[in-house]
Amino acid sequence: MNHFKHFTDGIIKENPIFVLVLGMCPTLAVTTAAVNGLGMGLSTTAVLIGSNVVISALRKVIPDEIRIPAFVVIIASFVTIVGMIMEAYTPALYATLGLYIPLIVVNCIIMGRAEAFAYSNTVLDSFFDGAGMGLGFTLSLIILGSIREILGAGKIFGISLFGSGFEPALMFIMAPGAFLTLGLLMGLMNKLMKRAEEKKAAKEDALS
Amino acid sequence: MKILMILVAGVFVNNFILSKFLGICSFLGVSKKLETSVGMGIAVTFVMTMASAITYVVQYAILNPCHLEYLQTIAFILVIAALVQFVEMVIKKTSPALHQAMGVYLPLITTNCAVLGVTILNIQNSYNFLESVVNGAAGAIGYTLAIVLFAGIRERMELSDIPESLQGFPIALISSSLMAIAFLGFSGMI
Repeated sequence: MNHFKHFTDGIIKENPIFVLVLGMCPTLAVTTAAVNGLGMGLSTTAVLIGSNVVISALRKVIPDEIRIPAFVVIIASFVTIVGMIMEAYTPALYATLGLYIPLIVVNCIIMGRAEAFAYSNTVLDSFFDGAGMGLGFTLSLIILGSIREILGAGKIFGISLFGSGFEPALMFIMAPGAFLTLGLLMGLMNKLMKRAEEKKAAKEDALS
Repeated sequence: MKILMILVAGVFVNNFILSKFLGICSFLGVSKKLETSVGMGIAVTFVMTMASAITYVVQYAILNPCHLEYLQTIAFILVIAALVQFVEMVIKKTSPALHQAMGVYLPLITTNCAVLGVTILNIQNSYNFLESVVNGAAGAIGYTLAIVLFAGIRERMELSDIPESLQGFPIALISSSLMAIAFLGFSGMI
């Protein structure tokens, strides 16, 4: 039950993108299409689970003073492995994501979870935390990617949605669209969360 | 001529923040005040230029001759981390005043994706030594330009009446979107 909580926390309550605002660079850069978001999300999840598990397994061995360099080396190793696997099995996706694969190393989500969670929790908990966080990240990337792909190219996962008369707003798959979409989505998320809280408070008032 | 092209492209056209999305975390994090953003900009410029030079040597003098290209990510991130530590020690020793001004930003730079990004881009574009250093410096100047401009906008924004759910990050992202549109105009330059 407890493990399950770590898992779900990462998806909504502590969503890395919309709530913690971590890992912005890949979020904005690769979400020009839903499938890129999915690829980036899954590779980050793989690295996150791997590094979380290894760091929490080694947490008693790593001295406090040099923990940051140690984390960086562990994370960089997993990123290299994931990069090699992607290059071998999904070369097209590897080419599209390009520079942003090695940059997973400096994704603040991974470092943040290593420092804030894996270094002080058990292996199993860290595994679920990594999986939940990764899934939350992946879902946010897919949502962002889908919106940008629909508005900017009239497609979703590469499938055309509208007839040939549709004129896509090219801006959305270019740089400004990324900032705009994420900004508006975050605002919407804040609004919805606030409304949910107000409802909850009202319910409690009514009960008492 | 090519050097000049790289310089202009790095600062304006392929601006690291507004068109390549590198270094967004620090862009949103430390751009609340004009002063701190200038400090961060200087620190990043210094580290990025040095990192471009050192990683070039590491790649062509160590990794390539030993056929260890697959270790690029690990080697580069370690070089950058060591460099940041080294720069911090030197500044602390030689100029305590500068250290006080830049101190807090220096550790942050290790995880700034712009630094790792520029070193990998240099190798990918097979720039020579001089071009790599210029590209690093240009990227960093572009970064500083964007973050300082943005801090100016954000200081103004403090005074305006923003809808409650858009306060903080959402409005910052929306205004950077407008800045990105403005910087798109530079793409006609080359």
